[in-house]
Amino acid sequence: MRKERPASQRYRFILSLFLACASTIALPAKGFTQPQQTSAKEELLALPGEIGHSGGRLVISLRAEPKTLNPLTAADSPSREVIGAMQSDLVHINRATQLTEPALAKSWKISADGLQYTLTLRKGLRFSDGHPLDADDVLFSFRVYLDENVHATQRDQLIVGGQPITVRKVDAQTLVFQFAKPDGVEERLFDGFAILPRHLLEKPYQEGKLGQLWTPSTPPNEWAGLGPFRLKEYVAGQKLVLERNPYYWKSDTKGNRLPYLDELVFLFVPSADAQVLRFQSGETDMITRLGAENFSVLGRQQHGYTMSDAGPGLEYNFLFFNLNNLGEKSSADLTQKQKWFHNVKFRQAVSTSVDRDAIVRLVYQGRGAALWGPVTPGNRRWVNTAIPHPSRSLDHARVLLKEAGFSWSTSSNGDSILIDPDGKPVEFSILTSSSNADRIKMATLIQDDLKQLGMHAQVVPLEFRSLIDRVTQTKDYDACLLGLASFDADPNSDLNVWLSSGGTHLWNPSQPHPATPWEAEIDRVMEQQLSTPGYDQRKKLYDRVQEILAENQPMIFLASPDILVGAKNSMANFRPAVLEPYVLWNVEQLYFRTGAENSIR
Amino acid sequence: MTQRRKLTNWLVVLLVLHGIIVAAGFFAPYDPAEQDRERPYLPPMHLHVMDAEGHLHLRPFFYPLRLQEGSFDQYEEDMASAVPLRLFTRGAAYHLLGLIPSRLHLFGAAGARIYLLGTDAYGRDQLSRILYGGQVSLLAGLLGAGVTFLLGALIGMAAGYFGGWRDDLLMRVAELFLALPWLYLLFALRAFLPLAVSPLEAFLLVVVVIGMVGWARPARLVRGVVLSVKERDFVRAARGFGASDIYLLRQHIFPETASVLLTQAAILVPQFVLAEMTLSFLGLGVPEPMSSWGNLLATLQQYSVLVSYWWMYLPAFAIVPFFLGYLGLASALQQHASPYKIEEKNSWNPS
Repeated sequence: MRKERPASQRYRFILSLFLACASTIALPAKGFTQPQQTSAKEELLALPGEIGHSGGRLVISLRAEPKTLNPLTAADSPSREVIGAMQSDLVHINRATQLTEPALAKSWKISADGLQYTLTLRKGLRFSDGHPLDADDVLFSFRVYLDENVHATQRDQLIVGGQPITVRKVDAQTLVFQFAKPDGVEERLFDGFAILPRHLLEKPYQEGKLGQLWTPSTPPNEWAGLGPFRLKEYVAGQKLVLERNPYYWKSDTKGNRLPYLDELVFLFVPSADAQVLRFQSGETDMITRLGAENFSVLGRQQHGYTMSDAGPGLEYNFLFFNLNNLGEKSSADLTQKQKWFHNVKFRQAVSTSVDRDAIVRLVYQGRGAALWGPVTPGNRRWVNTAIPHPSRSLDHARVLLKEAGFSWSTSSNGDSILIDPDGKPVEFSILTSSSNADRIKMATLIQDDLKQLGMHAQVVPLEFRSLIDRVTQTKDYDACLLGLASFDADPNSDLNVWLSSGGTHLWNPSQPHPATPWEAEIDRVMEQQLSTPGYDQRKKLYDRVQEILAENQPMIFLASPDILVGAKNSMANFRPAVLEPYVLWNVEQLYFRTGAENSIR
Repeated sequence: MTQRRKLTNWLVVLLVLHGIIVAAGFFAPYDPAEQDRERPYLPPMHLHVMDAEGHLHLRPFFYPLRLQEGSFDQYEEDMASAVPLRLFTRGAAYHLLGLIPSRLHLFGAAGARIYLLGTDAYGRDQLSRILYGGQVSLLAGLLGAGVTFLLGALIGMAAGYFGGWRDDLLMRVAELFLALPWLYLLFALRAFLPLAVSPLEAFLLVVVVIGMVGWARPARLVRGVVLSVKERDFVRAARGFGASDIYLLRQHIFPETASVLLTQAAILVPQFVLAEMTLSFLGLGVPEPMSSWGNLLATLQQYSVLVSYWWMYLPAFAIVPFFLGYLGLASALQQHASPYKIEEKNSWNPS
């Protein structure tokens, strides 16, 4: 069954794995059609919220240049953030409520057997270049997403029950999606599938050039989307300027067409500290992905801006041991260490000895949540609140270690040393990414926690790429401290982490068969929830997965940082969410208050 | 003789400074790796002699700091309990010179912990870390200088004395060493080493690297001195009497280069300490939880630390007295060496 549905690609490492960016291939230029007046035929979506006024220019930093503007190949988070403001999907997940909402499709119907989804498009919508949208564009988009030669990053999600879904056009506004098996994700599936302009892309698609299309330097008239903003200007190494899409399909409750802002500017500011300085000096209007330290620096000297803590996000940090079955490749030293790592009592003892409160306090300055499972409190719909939160206990850890056959001796300088059943002292190294100060700090705290059990752990900060290489390829390491951020609140976004065949099943990736009974059970339950429709049933199954993980501790979950953001006081409708994109998810509603409105506040 | 006096003064100053670092265990109130997780980024405490009511105390005291409600790093003095400073207290165990076990500390306090220079992100005593960190940094500097001068003296003398193609070869190699992009090579070298290097291995790596990089300059200097010395009358005379190369180098030429080498050493030791600090700053030095001046300063790479906690800069100032001491010694040595050399020459060559 696992073979039938390749695991979802919708996961990512915190530091994105960058894709190489191919050069532009020029398209025959097409003239811009001028924006037209709102016609009565258009079915706009009216958004509730503060009524704003048009105009203004929002500047925000991006920590790297987007590699591409092509939704088919975007894998890095800067690209996704930019594309999010430029494209639209059929059904959208509201980042604040974490529930689905109608988008380009004004309604959808799921057949009783869960195999047929009927979507109805809004009437009268136009792409940002004025070209009308119809069902053929949707058909074309999904044909492209499903085409193996295009290598769309989202393709795996469209293979349900081993077969690609099929899309059928009923009329210009109605489409039917046919599934081979019921999909547990239901209509959330459609989030993230941008509808592409067939009139611009069909020719390059037939020529097989689609993958290389739409780099940031694409001329604006060769680009079109359905999002609130459209491409205006790109200055390599500096900025990407987007302008208001005059054909956008949302309005406020008074009927004013959104977005309010005239321009959205992404500045490329690679270092977090430089982003802080730019925000402090007023050069940027918003800041996101802040660390706790910079957040408190900004909070201490607020001039005209407000900082806000949106609560724990979806990022979970954890420590894991090398549980790979290396066979003959393994060194004698590692084989000895793996005897401890494979012992669940050893892992439980390490987990019990970790001072999670200290991690939250010292690493996140209290702006985070301690974790005992992979689902953070920020993921309200899926977190299993029944998982026990045992407090730190060195005594309990010692009991567990004793049960596992470990003992203690005293070294020459008076420190106690943990000795394994074979008489070897317990020593191992903890890898962590050298570019992430938070994780180095966590590892240093754990090192000190473990020292009190007589374990000698050494922290080894390593460049991120070689770290990933060690963990997933050469498998030459003892323990590693990493973090993952689910892309979506849905459990399926972490499928690749929990399935034993997954490439991100970090402690023992890409297994041909589950190595342990509990991994087999996780596989079974995860597969089951995949095809179980209905939230309640799936929640029960995913709760079970969380329980198994908490029991067996293949990952020792540590903490989750809060989503920390800031915006100028004049920014209205600013409602940060814990799902990406944290501040720009409602970019169409953002506007600047005028001076008078500001002083009233 | 005033110059001799000056030399002794500088030597005493340096001896005292090094003594403090060598006996870090005694001068540091706490173990440098001990974390006080309730007190991260605690600012340096103030010692008082006057209490809130205006009474004078003979024994200095301090008020323990407590975290302000709801804050992460803002502390206030707890005026309710004054804790007196005690001298020669018993505390964390340490080994003096790595040999003599002891628990005696210069100062400490009962019932509360005293942080005269504040604490770092983990609540570790900054003063203790600076003192212990000095052991690593200074030893690396001294050993690095030792390696450099051994190599520099040998290669420089060989090149200068034998001349010809050997001179050319050695000097071109020296130039190559000067031109190499060392920092990048070092990062590459680190990638080849096993993942977890023990503190000792990391330390030796730093020493070897510093020593290897540094030898070229002193080698050139020594070569220059040897070139001129080997043409001197007393050397020619000795050679005329059939002295071997080794004998000449050892008895006549090396003593002539000694003063140059010593002066160079005094200038280069602090520079090598600085080199160690640079390497550690970049994460190539001893691993946590050990401290060295360089990795203490590494936290300043974060903007938030830079603007929020001024006492994290203090390790940078630790090297200043050492720098002054060594430079003073170097100038005293130089002044001392010049007349000395003439006198000695006269006694060697009484013609």
